[in-house]
Amino acid sequence: MVEVVRHDIVIVGGGGAGIRAAIAAVEADPKVTVALVSKVYPMRSHTVSAEGGAAAVVPGSDDSLDKHAYDTVKGSDFLADQDVVDYFVEQAPLELTRLEHWGCPWSRNDDGSVATRPFGGMQIPRTWYAADKVGFHMLHTLFQHCMRFDRIVRYDEYFVTKLLVDGGAVKGVAALDMREGKTRVVLGRAVILATGGAGKCFPFTTNGTIKTGDGMALAYRAGVGLKDMEFVQYHPTGLPGTGILITEASRGEGGYLINSEGERFLVTRDYGVGQKAELGPRDMISRAIMQEISAGRGIKGAYGEHVQLDLRHLGEAKIMKRLPFVRELSKTYAGVDPVHQPIPIRPVVHYMMGGVDTNVTGATDLPGLYAAGECASVSLNGANRLGSNSLTECLVFGARAAIEALKYARGTSEGNETALRRQGEEEMARIDALRGRKKGGERISQIRREMNLAMERGCGVYRDQASMQQTVAEVAQLKGRYADLALEDSSKVFNTEILTALELGNMLDVAETIAVAALARQESRGAHACRDYPTRNDQKFLHHLLVFFTPAGPRLEKKAVTITRFQPEERKY
Amino acid sequence: MSDRQKKTFVITRFDPDKDEVPKTQTYEIPVRPDWKVLDALNFIKDEVDGTLSHRWSCRMAVCGSCGMMVNGEPKLTCKTALSDYGDTVEVGPLSNFPVIRDLVVELEGFMEKFKAVKPWILRAKEKAPEEGVYRQSPAELEAFKQFSMCINCMLCYAACPVVGNEPDYLGPAAIALGHRYNLDSRDEGDAERNQVFREEGGVYSCSYANECSEVCPKNVDPAAAINQAKFLAVVDWAKSFVSPRSRKK
Repeated sequence: MVEVVRHDIVIVGGGGAGIRAAIAAVEADPKVTVALVSKVYPMRSHTVSAEGGAAAVVPGSDDSLDKHAYDTVKGSDFLADQDVVDYFVEQAPLELTRLEHWGCPWSRNDDGSVATRPFGGMQIPRTWYAADKVGFHMLHTLFQHCMRFDRIVRYDEYFVTKLLVDGGAVKGVAALDMREGKTRVVLGRAVILATGGAGKCFPFTTNGTIKTGDGMALAYRAGVGLKDMEFVQYHPTGLPGTGILITEASRGEGGYLINSEGERFLVTRDYGVGQKAELGPRDMISRAIMQEISAGRGIKGAYGEHVQLDLRHLGEAKIMKRLPFVRELSKTYAGVDPVHQPIPIRPVVHYMMGGVDTNVTGATDLPGLYAAGECASVSLNGANRLGSNSLTECLVFGARAAIEALKYARGTSEGNETALRRQGEEEMARIDALRGRKKGGERISQIRREMNLAMERGCGVYRDQASMQQTVAEVAQLKGRYADLALEDSSKVFNTEILTALELGNMLDVAETIAVAALARQESRGAHACRDYPTRNDQKFLHHLLVFFTPAGPRLEKKAVTITRFQPEERKY
Repeated sequence: MSDRQKKTFVITRFDPDKDEVPKTQTYEIPVRPDWKVLDALNFIKDEVDGTLSHRWSCRMAVCGSCGMMVNGEPKLTCKTALSDYGDTVEVGPLSNFPVIRDLVVELEGFMEKFKAVKPWILRAKEKAPEEGVYRQSPAELEAFKQFSMCINCMLCYAACPVVGNEPDYLGPAAIALGHRYNLDSRDEGDAERNQVFREEGGVYSCSYANECSEVCPKNVDPAAAINQAKFLAVVDWAKSFVSPRSRKK
């Protein structure tokens, strides 16, 4: 018999968006209880790895909500929904202030106000920061703050494997309790997905190993569309080999990008970033680096060619005050001290603009299901996210999704518990059959490696129709081979092999949606740069693409983009 | 693979479904010269033995998941270079914690201690977000910043001689965290936390061994936090005779 627990709201994922949602829900209603279900202890969530900062207009400054909105829309290459952007910029200062009240150690100006730094694609310094460990401090502040609420009930190291649907509405989840190896049912009248991105579909990524697109896959299999999946953000500055993130704040604080000739190519050559130089948007700078490497001005290293990030002119004092983590990471993982040597860097998969399709309230088209943070596509980021908008996005839309989910939950039933329990039992049987299954001869690591390589080949910084076509075919074939996975570990307690197998299944689904959407978008927009169609085509492609699951393979659909104040124009800086 | 050399890993294994007591298992694998200990564990897991269980995620020394004993010392395995070790490397679960399986230890005890120090801002009156941020000078930030850098990796608990003998001891990370809030100019909760600190298993259990600060991969210096907390907790207690409502400001 599967064990069943019940709460009002079930949140899947304990990072920035998930914890913010949990706090918003218990603050909004003194009676509700929230299940916070996470496959890792919440402070391990990948929000922890964000470095540079969180964007919001500072009240009383020269900045304005309109400017933040315009920068975000232009950065998105006009594929952001402008009603969403307006809500975001308006809520952003309140959310970052809330975090300050909860103890976040924001860096300060001498007068005690919060300090801001410049960031890529932003016309005014509006990125709040806590040195260069902003995600770490935000996540720990949120996690510590959530401890004061006994009505937030944590299910740590529970891996959600299925959404439970009754009468056409989501009523809970089935989850594998890693410690006991048992499937359990967590019921709630609404479920919020906040599971983060899917960078691990790719071989070279800033993302931690937990970023396997779990929430996206859960929603997709339940019939919800994934939106804007073709837009994969390559961060310009990752360490070769490991892919470890070197924050954009390095450039915000004045760092240069240089090629093998020591030339600041963003200044000396025309890559469309104009005066912004190193502070152009990420999509453009990643392309500039790839072009420098193609032109023979890269530097050969043990892990392919790279260019360099030069911080030497900032001096040791500034580096230690503003970028101490960059120094630690460079020394530990690249063997260079940025005070004395330039840092080797190359573009690296960092963030999924795409995700579970939601409207501005965080609601999906499936009643009872909400999503927020990187796993969602609320359409704030469109075709290219601006750095430092995503941490704020977790807060703004985590909170909004919780409020909307609560409203919905008040007016809906608990569902048929017998039917939901039966679904949980079926899921338990499926998981139990997979554990230690000796069938077939395929290895997890082999399929994962082939998927990673296929995605890098077809869905890199630059793409072309032929290689995307090949990637679509390869991923489909890998999904077939996945059915023949052989597993060695038949133990129940903390069986990380079955976890890895389930994560791989999620990644294969998500990878397929990325490749299929990329192939269909026959233009170049934001992070999607297609060599066969090198320009943006508003006539044919000024819309989102949704990918739906069908047993026969992914099905595509168009969705209108909301344009209110800012009409599409040429994107030049 | 030409740049690879062989190394031998002696790993502690324990599966409660099968084993009465922990045992060791030896793996000889090719390693790259720039690998960390974690890279070797992942290679074993992926290519040699899918039954090995360990926790990890960010592999950039900030999520705090991958603390283990390496040659008997608590280490963050993603930050520990294999080149610092000889041909044989021993990896085991963190000391002073119950083992769930292989290299995975029980964290629930710590989570209770973590909560016990009330690691959140306590104030008599809270501001609304519309009223703006609290002013905090760079010097006021500096007063607690170092103690806010803990990644909860648990190396300090594995190193602490008191934690091993006195399981209820709050321990270095939890005390440093409570102290961090006590030092925060926005907080008014020090009287409540000092009470927790003065209880049995609180700050006075610490024997000044300083092992916690020596193993900390983030230079948090929990030993300094504990020493300061001991002093402030006793001052606070003494003040309570003078004025029952005394606060730090």
